[in-house]
Amino acid sequence: MIPGQFDYVRPGSLDEVLAILKDREGEAKLLSGGYSLIPLIKLRLAQPALLVDIADLSGLDGISETDDELRIGARATHRQIRDNDIVRNRYPSLVDLAGVIGDPQVRNWGTIGGSVAHADPASDWPAMLLAVNARIVCRSQTGEREIKARDFFLDTFQTAIEPTEVLTEIRLPRRPRGAGAAYTKLERKVGDFATCGSAVMVRLAAEGTISSAGVGLTGVAASPFAATDAEAILVGQMPSEELFRRAGDAAGAQADPAGDVRGPVEYKRAMAAEMTVRSLRSAVARALSFA
Amino acid sequence: MTTQHISVTVNGEAHEADVEPRLLLVHFLRDSLGLTGTHVGCDTSNCGACTVHVDGESAKSCTMLAVQANGHEVKTIEGLADGATLHPLQQAFWDQHGLQCGFCTPGMIMQAAWLLKQNDDPSEGEIREGISGNLCRCTGYVNIVKAIQQAAGTLNASESAPVLAAATVDGQEVSAEPAAAG
Amino acid sequence: MTTETERELRTSPEIGGMGHSVKRKEDPRFIRGAGEYIDDVNLPGQLWMDIVRSPYAHATIKGIDASEALKIPGVLAVITGADLEKAGLHWMPTLAGDKQMVLPTHTVMYQSQEVAAVVATTKYIAADGVAAVFVDYEPLQVVTDPFKALLPDAPILRPDRAADKQTNHIWHWESGDAAKADAALEAAEVRISEDIYIPRIHVASIETCGCVADWDAVRGQLTLHMTSQAPHAIRTVLALVSGLPEQNIRVKTHDIGGGFGGKVPVYPGYVLAVVASLTVGKPVKWIEDRSENLQADSFARDYHIHAEMGATKDGKITGLKVKTVADHGYTDAAADPSKFPAGLFNVITGSYDFDNAFVEVDGVYTNKPPGGVAYRCSFRVTEAVHAIERMVDILAHQIGKDPAQLRMENFIQKDQFPYKTPTGWEYDSGDYGPALQKAMDMIDYDGLRKEQIEKRARGELMGIGISSFTEIVGAGPSKDFDIIGIKMFDSCEIRVHPTGKVIARIGVQSQGQGHETTFAQIIAEELGFPVQDIKIEYGDTDTAPYGLGTYASRSTPVAGAATAMASRKILDKARKLAAHLLEASEDDLDWEPGKFSVKGSPDRFKTIQEIAFAAYTNHPQGMEAGLEAVDYYDPPNLTFPFGSYICVVDIDKGTGQVHVRRFVAVDDCGNIINPMIVDGQIHGGLTMGLAPSLYEQITYDDLGNNLAGTFMDYLVPTAMETPAWEVAKTVTPSPHHPFGAKGVGESATVGAPPAIANAVVDALWHLGVRNIDIPITPQKVWAILHENGIS
Repeated sequence: MIPGQFDYVRPGSLDEVLAILKDREGEAKLLSGGYSLIPLIKLRLAQPALLVDIADLSGLDGISETDDELRIGARATHRQIRDNDIVRNRYPSLVDLAGVIGDPQVRNWGTIGGSVAHADPASDWPAMLLAVNARIVCRSQTGEREIKARDFFLDTFQTAIEPTEVLTEIRLPRRPRGAGAAYTKLERKVGDFATCGSAVMVRLAAEGTISSAGVGLTGVAASPFAATDAEAILVGQMPSEELFRRAGDAAGAQADPAGDVRGPVEYKRAMAAEMTVRSLRSAVARALSFA
Repeated sequence: MTTQHISVTVNGEAHEADVEPRLLLVHFLRDSLGLTGTHVGCDTSNCGACTVHVDGESAKSCTMLAVQANGHEVKTIEGLADGATLHPLQQAFWDQHGLQCGFCTPGMIMQAAWLLKQNDDPSEGEIREGISGNLCRCTGYVNIVKAIQQAAGTLNASESAPVLAAATVDGQEVSAEPAAAG
Repeated sequence: MTTETERELRTSPEIGGMGHSVKRKEDPRFIRGAGEYIDDVNLPGQLWMDIVRSPYAHATIKGIDASEALKIPGVLAVITGADLEKAGLHWMPTLAGDKQMVLPTHTVMYQSQEVAAVVATTKYIAADGVAAVFVDYEPLQVVTDPFKALLPDAPILRPDRAADKQTNHIWHWESGDAAKADAALEAAEVRISEDIYIPRIHVASIETCGCVADWDAVRGQLTLHMTSQAPHAIRTVLALVSGLPEQNIRVKTHDIGGGFGGKVPVYPGYVLAVVASLTVGKPVKWIEDRSENLQADSFARDYHIHAEMGATKDGKITGLKVKTVADHGYTDAAADPSKFPAGLFNVITGSYDFDNAFVEVDGVYTNKPPGGVAYRCSFRVTEAVHAIERMVDILAHQIGKDPAQLRMENFIQKDQFPYKTPTGWEYDSGDYGPALQKAMDMIDYDGLRKEQIEKRARGELMGIGISSFTEIVGAGPSKDFDIIGIKMFDSCEIRVHPTGKVIARIGVQSQGQGHETTFAQIIAEELGFPVQDIKIEYGDTDTAPYGLGTYASRSTPVAGAATAMASRKILDKARKLAAHLLEASEDDLDWEPGKFSVKGSPDRFKTIQEIAFAAYTNHPQGMEAGLEAVDYYDPPNLTFPFGSYICVVDIDKGTGQVHVRRFVAVDDCGNIINPMIVDGQIHGGLTMGLAPSLYEQITYDDLGNNLAGTFMDYLVPTAMETPAWEVAKTVTPSPHHPFGAKGVGESATVGAPPAIANAVVDALWHLGVRNIDIPITPQKVWAILHENGIS
């Protein structure tokens, strides 16, 4: 319950943060909302020498839409995302997802950037970022780069962020007409991590077939992953229950869950399929209503 | 053991202190400031007994460092009543038997106060979701929901005037059948 | 039987006697955050203690190196088993007559067992000290399965026992008549048998356990501020174990944030804090973390039950035979009355009228923490009721009879009370049929059965489950009940002040039950003093009369009775004073709560307040001044609250999740002091019945690692998981209790799980499912559906 000792700074600018990350590489840990990091520090599972609190950095919590993208600042909290007008009007799947992260207090303080950078293998945002092929923007002293979501989640709690980088923004493709997305999460109780979460994005062609599909799963592998086999089954097909089942089963087959307190392997695999089916139903319905 | 100097406003009062960076906000409130109304109920940020407001947003004070609160405003259960006048939530929890052992109560009330600022007329489902980060072992939540509904009604009934709860003189209020006893 | 609306209220709302939903007197401090819980107690010069705990479930301690810890500025001492051994304190008795380690000298016996105590100047430094103590362990073979523990090749976990007890078998206990039960089962037209496992759970009150031990060497006085549901018993145990004179030991409780049985045992942390304070001569504070609480403090349940039931082909029960293996952890520390190592488990014949029953229980040691009765269980009654209600439902389904109908046909009838069960209990009163009928009416049982048929035809899974339980509370009569030899009476001492105000002290201990209000209401009913004029105190062993504390729903049955009896002693004296003041004979006086009046002349009266004043200013010659009394109440019997609960569930075929659509609870706890508080107890109890039914479980892997040791994985229900409980009452008073009341605090935790389990099995019976052990997790249900090709 009591953390070990560490130093703490709260710089006023991103440049300062980047300088500290360079100087204290390996020792410094970024602190955003803190609802992933501080619990670990209290259990002494993480023992960073220096916490770099980015709460005072301005301009990192904006949510805006360009012609091509929905841009969400790394410091946007789950609740800010859920309550945002653009998100509520056009991205109901993100409202759903943000609403099932943790509990209300967690949603008040936890940030999308902190959560994505932490990359808990059963956390919610990664599934959606994979499904929609989002891009994750990281800044270092040498500049800025975009990392594709599908190149970002490397292993359990491991991402492509360099120790000298700060995740500054998440960029999702702007929702086009005929597209819909959904996130369905199975959890043991409200506030839990996902036993399995499946995020689905579909886009329908004029004739009603699926022109593109994205399926992202969390909780059922060493890290969140894109169920590419399921995607391949979906593309070019007319939506139907039977198609959803096949895609779901493929997602389940591609999963590599661990048997643990959230259930045995067989169950989790079946739930990966079931969550995918439910997300597909909802995503297709949304796509049809956004023609 | 290096310390940092912090300035935190708690319940409207400015406080200065030198603290270790690792000092949890809940311990700063309880042990440094003697505000023991905020409680510790777990060590994995699940139970919500430690809920306070930081800059008006409900937060689990066990999952925050005191140094993070430097330059910010904190409100605890002790800051909710207006002198001798109970906040409508406090009155409602009493009226509706929304507490038994009282240990989860400060955190529950603070979370409910935040909820009602976000949504002044929540449905039962919205109330239950609103307190889903606060565990209670005693009440089964039924009367907590009723208390929050009563408080929402009271707050909406007098939107502009300061709300005066029913007159109370501690422990001496004459028994009255509550509005919707069990 | 009356309903609570029919019973006439004898007192006005201002007086607030029985039946009034008086708002709680204790609430003003809690709603302001001004309660005083143990962690709010801080004494001058206080030090902090934290505990080094074993990561292994079974290991030899090769060495403890505290040198690095002692180098940390502020770390003052590290206490080990070797230190305690010098003072003969490394082992101490449990409340079950076994013994437990305070600190091990050679072997640890469960994961998270206390291994050393660090004393430091602050909480944070004590934690640093713990992290810097290095213990060299040599892991040993772990025993987690009680059946394997009984095999000849199992390691003997307790070599400290006598030479003829070198076994992991603790005790064998029986009740009933085996020959009659066997004969009844042999002759039965229908015979069912089932294995039912009720897993280990943890009560997890939101406040954990803790203490401040304060040894004052100058006064030779030990004050132990602590979270305890039974402070007097603790004081006596401390006196016996420490050798300190009992009058110089003061145990003081403060506000307690939930107990539910988890704050009855004497945990090593308390003893270590006392030792530390005695050693350093300063107050020492210990507050455990949630993880410590979940991983080391007393568990509940862990009963492996094998039950057999015989019946006629029409479903009339004729016999019951039950054999249980009880996993107790490494020592028997279950705080049961001493003659009842399996608690009151033999109430397992339930609400049903039959003559032949035999129950046997074998306690077994395993490498797990000790305990057994700490989760609102009335001494193993949750286990008993779960088993009988499951068996009754299996019987009904097997012969194709409606489970409500089968219960009605087997219920003990009202005119059969007091009813002697085949295991020796005498139920005081009951009227089971109307309670079940009321529940059925409230939930529209017939409508639900019709709906179920329609849904099943469409392949939807809906289930209805009933639980008609009889509880047994109010331990207990001195001829049968004691805890480590101390009889289970309880007490009340009342003193009336000259201005007509009252102070009363009781031997029980609220942890949220509202005693400051309800016990004042008892006195208000008996004597007519307004509730607001009555102060109730408890928990300070220097001032409160000796009592056995609050657990197993005993407060109202025993201390409540003592309160009524003490009040009646005062009323006797008040009558004499009234006669003196009114110049009438005692026989010519009428009493109504609050005043005596002369028969036939109602304008000639004295209020109880005037009488109180007279007790100090105008008492008759030869009478002692004052107006007070004390009563130690030895209950003549236990009390037997009961109820019928009905639960409706819908099952999500895709995920196996069980959704509780509705839950109706009809309870009967006899005459009710405060309906609002009783309803609150039911709401909370139902939620603690829901929790183990669907969510909570402590499991261990083969190495004895606790897999649910934090709130991340020990799934306490939130307001989202918890249904909107629907509650109602019937009222069947207890004939032997001074005001006809029974206990109620645990009824709902006892009655709810089988209603939920029965509902799920009812939904799945047509697939060949007869039993699903709780917690009924989605994966368990899904596996059944998957096997049957359902999705």
